[in-house]
Order: sequence, then structure tokens, then C-alpha cells
Amino acid sequence: MHIELTRRPHRSTAMALASPLLAIALTLVTGIVMFTLIGVDPGKALYVYFVEPLTAAWSIEQLLIKAAPMILIAIGLAFCFRSNTWNIGAEGQLVAGAIVGSVLPIMVPDWTGPLVLPLMMIMGIAGGMAFAAIPALLKIRFGTNEILTSLMLVYVAELLLDLLARGPWRNPEGLNFPDSRPFSDGQLLPVIFGDGVRLNIVFVLVAVAVAWFVLGRTITGFQISVLGQAPRAGAFAGFSRKRMILIAFLISGGMAGLAGIAEVAGPIGMLRTTVSPGYGFTAIIVAFLGRLQPVGMLLAGLLLALTFLGGEGAQFELGLSDQTTRVFQGMLLFYVLACDTFIFYRPRIVRSRTAGATAATEPGHGSS
Amino acid sequence: MDIKPDNQTIETDGTVAAPTLQAVGIVKEFGTLRANDMIDFAIKPGEIHALLGENGAGKSTLVKILYGSLQPTSGEIRWRGKPVTIPDPAAARRLGIGMVFQHFSLFDALTVVENISLALEEKHSLDELAERIRTVSADYGLPLNPASIIADLSVGVRQRVEIVRCLLQEPDLIIMDEPTSVLTPQEANQLFVTLNRLADERCSVLYISHRLEEVKQLCHHATILRHGKVVAECDPQQETAGRLASMMVGAEVGSVSMKGAAGEDLPTRFSIRNLSLPRPHPFAIALQDVSLDVRGGEVVSIAGVAGNGQDELFDALSGETTAETADAIVIDQTPCGQRGITARRKLNAAFVPEERLGHGAVPRFSLSQNVILTRHGTGEGLVRSGIVDFAGAREIVHGVTNEFDVRKAAPDPEAGELSGGNLQKFVVGREFDRKPGVLVVSQPTWGVDAGAATAIRQALVDLARAGSAVLVISQDLDEILEISDRIAVISKGRLSPAKTAAGITREEIGLLMGGADGKQEAAGAH
Repeated sequence: MHIELTRRPHRSTAMALASPLLAIALTLVTGIVMFTLIGVDPGKALYVYFVEPLTAAWSIEQLLIKAAPMILIAIGLAFCFRSNTWNIGAEGQLVAGAIVGSVLPIMVPDWTGPLVLPLMMIMGIAGGMAFAAIPALLKIRFGTNEILTSLMLVYVAELLLDLLARGPWRNPEGLNFPDSRPFSDGQLLPVIFGDGVRLNIVFVLVAVAVAWFVLGRTITGFQISVLGQAPRAGAFAGFSRKRMILIAFLISGGMAGLAGIAEVAGPIGMLRTTVSPGYGFTAIIVAFLGRLQPVGMLLAGLLLALTFLGGEGAQFELGLSDQTTRVFQGMLLFYVLACDTFIFYRPRIVRSRTAGATAATEPGHGSS
Repeated sequence: MDIKPDNQTIETDGTVAAPTLQAVGIVKEFGTLRANDMIDFAIKPGEIHALLGENGAGKSTLVKILYGSLQPTSGEIRWRGKPVTIPDPAAARRLGIGMVFQHFSLFDALTVVENISLALEEKHSLDELAERIRTVSADYGLPLNPASIIADLSVGVRQRVEIVRCLLQEPDLIIMDEPTSVLTPQEANQLFVTLNRLADERCSVLYISHRLEEVKQLCHHATILRHGKVVAECDPQQETAGRLASMMVGAEVGSVSMKGAAGEDLPTRFSIRNLSLPRPHPFAIALQDVSLDVRGGEVVSIAGVAGNGQDELFDALSGETTAETADAIVIDQTPCGQRGITARRKLNAAFVPEERLGHGAVPRFSLSQNVILTRHGTGEGLVRSGIVDFAGAREIVHGVTNEFDVRKAAPDPEAGELSGGNLQKFVVGREFDRKPGVLVVSQPTWGVDAGAATAIRQALVDLARAGSAVLVISQDLDEILEISDRIAVISKGRLSPAKTAAGITREEIGLLMGGADGKQEAAGAH
């Protein structure tokens, strides 16, 4: 007896909606098994992870603060992934954006006029774009695998940040801590809601709306889907695959750069040796869990932010390692990708090979 | 249909031989579709048995059942009189059934002996196998060099590799799926010699084809399928091709009207000048100095055996590959060799590639999205300031599907949900709807049933007669002879000069298909 996957005649719309929910359910079930095995009361653990962060106003604010960068990055990544381009290095582009965006507040600390913040944002976007252009150009010119180059460049960016924060950009009045000087008020994104929700939450809402329009209504969005699904048909339509690789990397790099500068000019308020707990990687999960749809990614970003917050609570209250959070995030991605298979395929249990009807192939496909 | 009396052969010594293979009441259902409906037929030892039918008649399904790739929903297969189940192709090979596929399953980068070795189940040494290949292939008049790399071989020789691979397993039944669709007429004749020799040795052949002339020439018996049922059995040598065709289709087949043949003094609307392109990858064909003029009002066809540069030529004509000089391609006096496909479409040229799914259309896109695919840049207002007018595209779908009788289950289904023939009508109709001044179409009726094929061919001729230049790239010689005013032949990336179609013979075209330089390949020469 074995299980076979048979292709569905149509894409299953029901399964496309059910897949992320099923993935979340399976993640929770696996979580229960995991907590039981390591001797933690699973009821309590799941409560700490997924419910407690939603019970206080301050932690809901924290949720928005953590979700914002991941949603921004995920929206950029959706342009890549839909066009079948694999930017895995958003974390590095985030760091590059943070570095380039920090040039003004660190080099010209006294300039706090109205222009400085917009300039910092633009420089952050430019930094992310420039860093993302490297794997894009390598792929276009030399055919390198963008998964590897973009991923490896993450470490380059992180080491460069480390070097800057410990070396030339270290705060001269900072008692030798590896931090830059703190940014002045005029160099920080203004708080617009509660105690710490800053302007970047508006960036997120604008990005969701713009992405929804561009992906669904414009010829650019059309181009992205064509090249992503059928490159040969894309060439026949007159679309350039190489141009699309560059555009997709620039958009996702720019969004990651914006997320990076918004972190240092926001909750962190200075440049440090680390500026992100892995938002650039987690955004990949956000993108897939959100079906690469802008509104879906908005919701998925909030859920993933919850795992970060819950993870902090779990360290604190249950003494669990922060690796538990990574395990949850990894399981979520694993399950959502696995469940996505059922959008196009139907599982069947086949009892044995010799019994009467064992249709192993579908009509129209030869076997040889 | 009572088949018992004539499926037994009286041997010379008076004993009765069972049929090599007999199918009894074979039914195969896919969901609600009955692809095979109570099929009975029998193949006698040493018989070349034709299986005729249109696309979708159930031939492929039946063959897959006989070769073990599919299991019947009900019914029985008898091998030399004994009921058998054939769970997979390996079991079919063990019984003694070999198959030569329409689309070869050879690895381009490996040698002949390596490819054949991969198909054999028992242990063997490559050296011994090479020796056996040499003996068997020479013995059957299909000489092969076991050390040749597949990529270097012509399509005809590749088919020979597949046949020899079958012969090494000493089969009692060989199934051949559309074997001559990739051969020149001369190569086909060579194949018939081999098949007759096999039949003389009491090996049976199940021969699947829609080419009626060659079935008449070669086969001893024919079973004709329509809509999954056996509608007739006959001796093809006693029938006319016309009668065979109407048995297949179930009605008289119309023919294309070539009224108002193209004159001499028409303006050139599409011209190819000294087009040369290096091969884009190692297994592709380089185009060498291709020149051709197509005038408004005429249909010009490019004949050729598959894999002689047709794909590369189509890409160069459409602008998916650009040429080195602007003059290489001229559309209505505008040189555009270095401009891409969108610029060429703006000059009112239209293109229909051979491959429908994945090239001419995106399978998971709706038909209206697939309209946008080729018409977003033609200035028809489907895209305004970057915003796509999907409602306008849906109207075009409505018009095209009515005009070309595209059968679909929903108003705007995904392209991949249409049957091959209906999708072909859609991708052709999508371009006709623009009334193009220049149309380049590759394999316009590939996989389309006879009725629809006639409609598409008639539309091509009518478009030309209305003043457009129509260039058809096709491997179907019957189609080319039916619709062309002039014919050129492509071979190994070179194009012969175009000749007036009236008065040209198949043999003449066949010789050009085998190599424009007049030299035939060693083994084809007889």
C-alpha cells in the first residue's frame, strides 16, 4: 500500500485558502507534541506563545512594531517570488539599507531639519537596492544561482555592519560599547500611535495598497506572473526575463532597505552590531504564508510577529530557548509548502500494484 | 462486431494459431469520459495492423493499455490466447511487446549504446552490447554506429536507435506511434522495408498513423476508432484514402478552397535577407544565410523534418531572438531585424508558435489573460497608462471563441483546461482577430481534428487572399501541398529557394528535406 499524488484537473481554490490554515493547525499540533516531549505543559506553552501577547495594549503595539518590517520586506519579496526569482538575501539588504540610511545621522549628527528624515529613507532604499543589484547582475551576466549569492551576501552585509559599529562609526562618547551615537529626535521616525508605533506602519499600509494594485491591475504585475509561470511565453509576449530579474531584485531590495532604515531610525534609534532578529528571513515565511497576496501577507506578518513576541515570553516565563521560536517559524514554512502541494494534486491511497485498476498515469502523458 | 472467425490463422501445417494479441471489451474511463468503449480487436502473427483515428479517438489510450502504462477499467487482454494483466511497461517488454514512441525518449548527451543500455533490464557489458547493436542494426538494414552521440544524429537515425532498442528485446509485437511523422519520404520507405521484413519473420506490428496513403501501402489490416469505439475494420489495400478518411471522421472531409491563386505582381510584405544566427545552445541548430520573400496575397510554406532549425527560425522571425542586422527581417518596408517581438507586432505582424502550452499560451492563465499576452503592446487599447483592461480582453475572447468555434466549459477558462485542438483554434484565432498584415505560423494544425484543421487551413488561405503575407512552417507535407502557393524546405538550418507549389512532387521535396546540398545520409541511401 502506498500513497500517490494525482494531478487535479483544476487548481483547487478551496485548498488554496485552506492550505495556510491547515499549515497553522499542523504547526500547533506538532508544537503540542514538542512541548510534551520536553516536559513543558503544552496548554500553558501555547497560551504563552499565541494568546498572552494579545492580552495587553503594550504587547499589541509591540506586535505592530515587529510585524511592520516583515510585511514591508515580504511585499518586496512577493514581486521576486511571483516572477520566479529567488531573493533569499533580504536580511542582508535590510542591513545595507540600515547602514546607508545611517550615513547622515552619524556623519552629520547636528542636521535635524525637515529634509533629513526623507533623505535617510531614500538612502536606505537606495542602499537596499544597490546591495540587491549585486546578485541580480551576477545572475544576468554570469548566470549564477541567485539563491546562493543573495544568501551569502547576507553575511557580507552583517560583517560590514559589525565592522562599522565597532570601528569607525562607534560613538566616541559611548564608553567603548559597539554602538553608533544615538540619532537625534529629528532623525527618528515620529511616533504616530500609542507609545512606540511609528510612521513606518503607514509605509506598510501604503505598500499593501500599491502592491495590490500593481500586481493585480497593471501590465507590470501581468509581466511578473507571465515570466514567473512560463518564461517561454514571457519571451513570446515580448517581456525580458533579464530586465525582470533586475526589477524584482531592486523592488525587494528597496523594500528591505526601507525596513532596515526604519528599524534604526525607529525602535533601535542608533546603529548597532545587529539591527534585526532575522526579519529578512522570516519575511520569506510571511510571503508564502500570505499566498504572495498583499492582504494575506499583512495577516501573515502579524502572525509571525506573534511568534517573536511569544518566543520572548516563553524565554521569560518557561525558560525555553529562543530557538523554539525558530522551530515554530520553520515548521510553519515547511507545512505551508507541503500543504500547497494539494492545491494542484490530490492524494490517493493505492492498496497494491496488481489489484484491478491501478491507473498510475493520467491521459495525455506518455511513459517511457 | 463479430471478430472470432477471422482472428485465427490456419498455419501451413493445419494447426490454428492464436492471435499474438487480442483485446476483448476494453473500457477505459477517465472520470466521466469514456476514452475507450468496449474495444475488440486482434493482431495476427506477422500482421502489420493499422490503428486509425483522429486525435482524441482513443488510440493513445488503447496503446498505453496494451503497453502497460494504463490499466483498463474493464476488459481483457489475451497474449497468444492466454488472458494476461500488464501492470507496467516492464511487464509488457517481458511478454515480448516493444514500443517506438512518437516523441523519443533518448538522452541527447549520451551515445547510442549508452542509451540502449539504460533500457535493458538484464546485466550486460557495454562492449558486447555495442557488438549486438552493430549486428542487429546491420541485419535489418538500419545501420547504426553504437559510439555516436545522440545529439549529432538526425531525427531519422534517432528513430532507428529506438527501433533497434526494441529489436534487441526480440519482441513478438512492435507498437509504432506515428513513426513517419519525423521522417522524409525516403526515410519512411526505408522504414517500410524493415517493417515488412519483421512481418515476414512472424513479428506483428501495430502501426498508429493518420497518414492514409502509407497505411494503404503498408498495412494488412486496419482497425478504425472514433470517439473511443471501434467503428470499422477493413483491409486498407481494398479501400480508397477518401473512404478511410470518412470512416475516421464519420463524415465527408471538406477540402480547402484555393480560389484566386496568388499572382506575380504582388508587393513583398515580409522579407528575410541573409539571416544567420549561431546556435543558442549545443543541441540547437544554427541558421545559415536564410533568405525568403513573402508577398501579400500568398501562402508560402517551409517544409522540413523536425529539428532542422524550424524552432530557431520561428524565434528569429518573431523577434524572440533578434538578428545582427536590421535588414535581416523587413516587414512592410520597415527593417526590424534588431527589434523585438512587440515592435514587430506593432508593424501588424502576428505569430503563432508550434508549442501551444507554455509558449503560445500560459497554461494557468485564463483565456482573457492570454489575449493580453500577445496583444498588450499592439496599441489596441488593452493597456492604457500601464493599466490592463481585462474586460476588453474578455470581449475579445468571446469574439474569437465564437468565430473559431472554440469549445469551452466556462466563459473564460484557463488555457490548460481546453483540449489541444480547441486551444490551437484559440491561439490561431487570437491572432486572426487582429487581421494581421503578416502572419508567421508554425505547425498550424498540429494535434487538431480533421474538421478543425480544414477550417484553420481555409482561414490561412483566406487571410492571404485578403492581402496578407502568410508564412507557414510545417512538418506535415499533406498540409503544405494543400495550402501553399510556394514551398521552401529547411534542412540543417539552411533554407532552399522557394518553388512554385503547382507541379512540385513529393519526391522533390523529400530530397530537399534530406539535405539541401543534395547529399543523403549514408544509411538513407538505397
